[in-house]
Amino acid sequence: MPERRRPEDAPTRPDKIFTGITTAAGISVLVILGLVGVFLLLRSVQTFDLMGLSFFTTVEWRADLSPPVIGVLGLLFGTVLVAVIAVAIAIPLGTCAALFITDYASAGLRKLLTNLVDLLAAIPSLLYGIWGFLYFGAFIVPLSEFLTEHFGWIPFFATDSNATFTGSMFIAGIVVSLMVLPIIASVAREVFAQAPPSEKEAALALGGTRWGMLRTVVLPFGKGGIIGGSMLGLGRALGETIAVSLLLPQVPELTIRILENGGATISGFIALRAGGNEFTVSGLMAAGLVLFLMTLATNMTASLIISRSRSGVGVDA
Amino acid sequence: MTVVGPSRTSRPDRPADPPAPPPARLSSRRRPTDLTLDDYLTAAASGASAVAFTWMVVARLTDGIGWFPFVVISYVIFMVLFTLVTADRLGRLAAMDRLATVVVGTGAIVILIPLLWLIGYIVVKGMPALRATFFVNDLSGVAATDVATAGGGAHAIVGTIQQVTLALIITLPLSVSCAVFLNETTSRLRRPVRIFVDAMSGLPSVVAGLFIFATLIIPLAETSSLFGYNGFMASLALSMVMMPTITRTVEVVLRLVPGGLREAGLALGASRARVVWSVVLPTARSGVTTAVVLGIARAVGETAPLLFTSFGYDLMNANPFDGPQDSLPLFVYKNIRKPAEASIERGFAGALVLMMLVLSLFVIARIIGRDRGARPPRRLPRLARPDSARTERSPS
Repeated sequence: MPERRRPEDAPTRPDKIFTGITTAAGISVLVILGLVGVFLLLRSVQTFDLMGLSFFTTVEWRADLSPPVIGVLGLLFGTVLVAVIAVAIAIPLGTCAALFITDYASAGLRKLLTNLVDLLAAIPSLLYGIWGFLYFGAFIVPLSEFLTEHFGWIPFFATDSNATFTGSMFIAGIVVSLMVLPIIASVAREVFAQAPPSEKEAALALGGTRWGMLRTVVLPFGKGGIIGGSMLGLGRALGETIAVSLLLPQVPELTIRILENGGATISGFIALRAGGNEFTVSGLMAAGLVLFLMTLATNMTASLIISRSRSGVGVDA
Repeated sequence: MTVVGPSRTSRPDRPADPPAPPPARLSSRRRPTDLTLDDYLTAAASGASAVAFTWMVVARLTDGIGWFPFVVISYVIFMVLFTLVTADRLGRLAAMDRLATVVVGTGAIVILIPLLWLIGYIVVKGMPALRATFFVNDLSGVAATDVATAGGGAHAIVGTIQQVTLALIITLPLSVSCAVFLNETTSRLRRPVRIFVDAMSGLPSVVAGLFIFATLIIPLAETSSLFGYNGFMASLALSMVMMPTITRTVEVVLRLVPGGLREAGLALGASRARVVWSVVLPTARSGVTTAVVLGIARAVGETAPLLFTSFGYDLMNANPFDGPQDSLPLFVYKNIRKPAEASIERGFAGALVLMMLVLSLFVIARIIGRDRGARPPRRLPRLARPDSARTERSPS
């Protein structure tokens, strides 16, 4: 009688090679991202030598002066402002679209709308930029005029008496919001679709209207997804490049007057200054580093929030 | 259903009784979410009066405010009227529900308007300047002010194809291995890697270009033309953009492969590597293809990373390893920004080609992705008849 063999899970040679290759591929992601940070830092040393920490508190960017004055504050301010405008517009629209897809649309319409929202994400940012730059911006000008005329007492909407309304951060924010929308909408849609059916049915069975059900079950359940998706959208909006480089004049300044011509963002500014003297390049690297760290932090926070929320926070809320 | 029929227990041998009056039957089934004709009429009437009211106020009190504020104000007034009327008809709860329906529906529509508007705009502006010669000629001997149909974007198309292909060759093995790592191994590093893949997918593409510029082009451009401005550098930057897209999509698809298939493979004595290679990946083939197509669609339209890497060039350069090279997004970006009207029109022709490319890639990805769902029903009956399955098997 043959001896009984015990199954063993000792990795064979192909297994070892397999594990090696896949682990290397996985780690390569960490390495690449690490290298991005390291090399951007190395190339920006010149700027930090020159400016020190005042790099973060200087608004102007004059690489042509001697000694050059290079600061990121103006760019940073514009970047955050445009991104916040974009996300502020995109959150309600994206949430509505997601709710419509999961809880209002029929099955056929749901499929169509999901595809169209994905298509919105697939269209290159360059085309949004052209559209906003040469055409759509002009449609927003009357709205800007209206806002500044009647709500000019709000500091954001204040303008000079002879201001131009094209090339404003408001227009850039609207165009960027279109690119952020699909991200927020698809994350929110996924989370809403996971809302427990039994609780939804319970809400309806207790006599709640559809809105009552959405308000008390689906929205609280999907809160984490909306917040996480918005953070993810914020990350995209911060890094949005080509459209913004076309839409804004890219002159660094500190202004909250979003309706009039002006404003600059880090990514758009970098794209416009491709090529230039060594201080420009080093300054761009430093600005790129700031952008990189900022988007990295935003995106990682976002994925943390989303992964936490999917595992079921909010179900018992 | 609460419809009460004639009682079953009543005995049929008493015809003298007058038949009980039929219970009031509901004319049709009502769901709390149904919208009735009255709702639509209310909505239409509220809409009409909102527009009329806005028009009156605008025409009387101001001298025109542009169409956009007009639409916004009418919409707000419409919502107020609609809510008030519904609250009067059906009560406050129903009014809130109808209002929410209107708001949510509007959100969905507002998302789609810019999409159609944008596509329509590019088509309308791009068509007049697009000729067959666009796919054949480059911009040699074409001045910015020459008519828009002169010259073409062949050099840009060639550049795009070469750069994206190179990027795909670099990315595909890396991302598929990375996705396998995330889903098929038990390494402790999976969690950090997944977080960083997510973070990398949000990496601004301009940073990818800046990174290649900083690590390869600045220090090494003098040593070899391989590290100067050229298409290869662009494809490196593009692969950084593509990699997280493909990795994440492939990972999602691998997660859908049933665990039973893996266990069956392992139970038959296959190594883990063999199971991944011969069972998991073939099962997920259509999903991997979808991921590749989506990755291409993402990379094709990227402009920002190219500004620092391939730089752009007006003439044909079919060697991606030497010298600046153009590509469709760069062609569009550079021409759109020139002051000459003809150049802008030429840019629009390029934009139309680019959009068509992206749209067709998107549709292809959807068709491949759908294939999976369409097949299983055809196979099920076959599984149920073991004898026919046996005849199909090869004699070995």
